[in-house]
Amino acid sequence: MALTRPVRTVWDIPREERFAPGHAMCQGCGAAIIMRHLMKVVGKDAIIVMATGCVEVTTTLFPRTSWLNPWLHLAFENAGAAASGVEAALKVLRRKGVIDGSRRVKVVAIAGDGGSFDIGLQSLSGMLERGHDVMFVVYDNEAYMNTGIQRSSATPYGAWTTTTPVGKRWRGEWRPKKDIIGIALAHRIPYVATANPAYPTDMVEKFRRAFEIEGPSLVHVLSPCTPGWRIPTEKTIEVARLAVQTGVWVLLEVVNGRPRVTVKVPRRKHVRHYLRLQGRFRHLTDEEIERIQKMVDQYVEEINRWVGEQAIGPVAE
Amino acid sequence: MAARAEVVRERPPRGQERVSATGNYAAAYAARDADVDVVAVYPITPQVQIAEKLAEMIANGELDAEMIHVESEHSAMSAVIAAAATGARAFTATSSQGLELMHEMLWIAAGLRQPVVMAVATRALSAPINIWNDYTDVMSARDTGWIIIFSENVQEVYDNVVQAFRIAEHPDVLLPVMVALDGYILSHTVEPMYRIPQDEVLSYAPKRPRGYRPVLDPDRPVTMGVLAAPNWYYEIKRQQAEALRESKKVVREAGREFGKRFGRYYDLLEPFMLDDAEYVMVSMGATASLVKAAVKRLRREGVKVGAVKVRVYRPFPADELAEMLQHAKAVGVLDRAIAFGGPTEGPLFADVAVSLATRGVHVPMVSFVHGLGGRDIFVRDVVEMFRILADYARKGRSATTTIFFGVRE
Repeated sequence: MALTRPVRTVWDIPREERFAPGHAMCQGCGAAIIMRHLMKVVGKDAIIVMATGCVEVTTTLFPRTSWLNPWLHLAFENAGAAASGVEAALKVLRRKGVIDGSRRVKVVAIAGDGGSFDIGLQSLSGMLERGHDVMFVVYDNEAYMNTGIQRSSATPYGAWTTTTPVGKRWRGEWRPKKDIIGIALAHRIPYVATANPAYPTDMVEKFRRAFEIEGPSLVHVLSPCTPGWRIPTEKTIEVARLAVQTGVWVLLEVVNGRPRVTVKVPRRKHVRHYLRLQGRFRHLTDEEIERIQKMVDQYVEEINRWVGEQAIGPVAE
Repeated sequence: MAARAEVVRERPPRGQERVSATGNYAAAYAARDADVDVVAVYPITPQVQIAEKLAEMIANGELDAEMIHVESEHSAMSAVIAAAATGARAFTATSSQGLELMHEMLWIAAGLRQPVVMAVATRALSAPINIWNDYTDVMSARDTGWIIIFSENVQEVYDNVVQAFRIAEHPDVLLPVMVALDGYILSHTVEPMYRIPQDEVLSYAPKRPRGYRPVLDPDRPVTMGVLAAPNWYYEIKRQQAEALRESKKVVREAGREFGKRFGRYYDLLEPFMLDDAEYVMVSMGATASLVKAAVKRLRREGVKVGAVKVRVYRPFPADELAEMLQHAKAVGVLDRAIAFGGPTEGPLFADVAVSLATRGVHVPMVSFVHGLGGRDIFVRDVVEMFRILADYARKGRSATTTIFFGVRE
């Protein structure tokens, strides 16, 4: 059964495990934590559709699987379209009495940043626009980690990747991260949220709401990648938490167009605390870090103006 | 004595309704009569009337199906694969560039053994962009693991789509089926055809009970679309190759049973005036009817010619073709497609040549290409091809290069 009670404390998170151990995900992988919690929320009556990516290849090495739910993977760029196909099939089979018409079985699509921001954007847009009853989860590790840390449009400014290396001419990624939340909202869908595994009750509650709502929903989750971000395997949660504490990652929820910050940060930490923990930002000079701080300040200001309150406070140390 | 026009009245097969339809409408009627559950089609010329007709029938309540207004052919194919994986009867249609955009997913449909049915109104490939008929689009999909059936006329389009559902969903097959119809020549030409009552279609191509094949079902969860490492991939592909090869039996049986029930028999190949034929032309699709007309004309002149229509292109009926052609003096192959840079440029020719050579039929062979991008072919062209073929037969050797017909040099 899907989780129906609101989640306020960790004790509200179901004990049931539907994401089996024994998979080949990295030690300290953020996505593994996200998947485990997601599966706890959705319960038995969910069909999982997944784009090609880290989670897909590490959890389904034939003849083993980590998925206790029905699970489908077709290709990299089409999680949205595949999820649409499953949803449409369930709808008509219910109507024709082939499957139980009173039982709610929901489709959950999962893709990384490549499978949603980049190659999967068109099919994601089609799915959102057509209004399919699908929950779409983006686990964003901010680069093509499955192929070995190549830059995506989710890679943040300044980050080293193997295709934005640091050399005589290049200083890592030079474009800011794409605004996938803005893109999702442009489709006027009922539920959009950001989440972070360092805030499990907030994340699980958002999964619950996104699953419960009728129609398309999207949850964008920050997914620290220990080899890609060049962080020690035990620092996943610490880094994820710093993303929120510095204002790099704001925990948002937009229900029917009304935005709200779910985890307020009255006093922000300086962005260097987040950057200095990660090898991918090691090359940054103090001056470059200040430039990033200004970008974060501007982002925070935009968010505060949007939600109509000082949800994220100033840098105070 | 005044000449009296004789009106031949064909007796309609029992219970079947005589209607006039384009090839596109015939495909849509067949999908309707098969009670498809999910339709996902992206508009492209010349297939688009299939999407329109299906939408109209759903809008009017004649067909209870979910239509997914996908944003590309890639998504169309992805959605129907996923719908089939959920247990629905799924249908799509495309042409040319659309088929190319689906290309990646064609492999996945077959690899996941999903019984999707697709109509392809054949059309040339860009560049230069051209919306008219040739088979180059289907030829570039020939190795993707689909069963591929070509149609000669509008009736065959309808009959082939009906058979496609029976074949695809057969537990010994579980493979996607593509039904090709010549763009414009069939897709937009109105012909009379017989429509089978829906209950008879559904008794011929029954919807099998849920669970006869693995589907996405919370009560019986399966993981579909896994990663297979070198220790498994090869075996899986070997099984797939075998399934496609063995599907020939089910395809033949479906054609025979169709004939028994509805009066129109189908096989893998269709011989035409072949019994004592010395020079034989092999072709596919609507082009085959033109070849038949040329055969008739030459027969009237006393030339012993014949023809073979390849109806089922994949799995290729190599044994059956070699048997049919064992007494021919020379074999010509008429391709309406081009395979750049091959040993000859005719893709069908390559299949015929390999089939004959590996089965001990050694006769002079000539590869002809004609009608690319909708260039008209005339009966006189095929008559001329037969003459060239006879020349090669006299010389006792094959043409080493493809002869391009009807082109300005």
